Amino acid sequence: MDEAKRLVELIPRLRRYARALVGERASADDLVQDTLERAWAKLHLYRRGTDLRAWLFTVMHNVHVNRVRATRTSDPLEDEMPELAQPGTQPDALLVRDLDRAIARLPADQRAVLLLVTLEEMSYEEVARTLGIPIGTVMSRLSRAREKLRAMMLGQSPSTKLKLVK
Amino acid sequence: MSESAISEADLQAYADGRLPEGRRAAVEAWLAARPEEAERVAAYRRLAHEVRAAYEAMLSEPVPPRLAHAAAPRAPWRRIAIAAAWVALGIAIGAPAGWQLRPERTVTQVVPDSSVIARRAAIAHATYSPEVRHPVEVGADDEAHLVAWLSKRLGVKLRAPKLDEAGMSLVGGRLLPGDNGPVAQFMYQSQNGRRLTLYVRTEASRNRETAFRYARENNVGVFYWIDREVGYALASADLSKDELLRLANLVYKRLEP
Repeated sequence: MDEAKRLVELIPRLRRYARALVGERASADDLVQDTLERAWAKLHLYRRGTDLRAWLFTVMHNVHVNRVRATRTSDPLEDEMPELAQPGTQPDALLVRDLDRAIARLPADQRAVLLLVTLEEMSYEEVARTLGIPIGTVMSRLSRAREKLRAMMLGQSPSTKLKLVK
Repeated sequence: MSESAISEADLQAYADGRLPEGRRAAVEAWLAARPEEAERVAAYRRLAHEVRAAYEAMLSEPVPPRLAHAAAPRAPWRRIAIAAAWVALGIAIGAPAGWQLRPERTVTQVVPDSSVIARRAAIAHATYSPEVRHPVEVGADDEAHLVAWLSKRLGVKLRAPKLDEAGMSLVGGRLLPGDNGPVAQFMYQSQNGRRLTLYVRTEASRNRETAFRYARENNVGVFYWIDREVGYALASADLSKDELLRLANLVYKRLEP
């Protein structure tokens, strides 16, 4: 079955997005698992030939929204810092940590838009479809998310090099 | 939009490198006269790059077994097996109201709910124990994770009792929906393929203990008991009542703090 193979291929991307979205590894994998279960249950709703990735991210978005609603956990991150895999290729662990923390502090709506655009490199139209919001909302959330992120990174990370101008 | 009016959306699209060439040149000209805006947009670009770099390692991580399992194709007969189990047990789960009308429950009320757990456990057993490919969600090879995960979802510290001395080894477990929240099911199997499931749920009223009770639901024998905040039901369609009682005693012993 074609979808099954694609589903497996997409797991790393789902995990990456989930990890950045929920800020913690185990809950991120819980989210991915729930998403896969739901995707199987709803696979008959997927239209063959359309973008399976976009469909899966839509499923994940819905699962995530329902989970957040059910548990009423807003953004759990305070001082606790989640572990992020950091092989030697990553130049600046402090920067990574600060970024992760700053992203976790973005409002959930804005965080989703920022991550789909930046991490998944979805087109703005795809983001609008995935999240079920108008494209104008995508642009305004993206703009606000970036400005907040920039401000946070300027304010709290001595290791960033944001003063640099080319 | 006129050529000269540069919107915030243009700046975002510019930062993402998604503007068509003509528009890009217009934005660049606009930014050239506004160093502060240019600095802001440059920062967005750097941040985008850094965000990608921060999470990139996750793409090359091996997929955890439980996720690979969740992505694996479902056998179509799994659904049929579930349907068959419902029919065989003559259950309408959506009928708790009718259930309440049963005289022995409304009159005696010795231990409210306690027969329900047996029934639920029997259904869950009949549903999952015939599974060949997907008897569990998380296998025993990942036992620490399995127990931690189910404990987290149920909100109590669970254990998967070791029953090897009785010839039953842990296959794994799964999470099930229950009447009052998530339920855990651990599955065991003997060398000759006989299966046993332990159904574990949290109980609303705490600090209550009951003796072992036995129920038979269709072909599934169930021993069940409540120990403080947790209700247990040990179910099998493959074992005699005596064998099941022996295992229930062993489970109880293993679960002692």
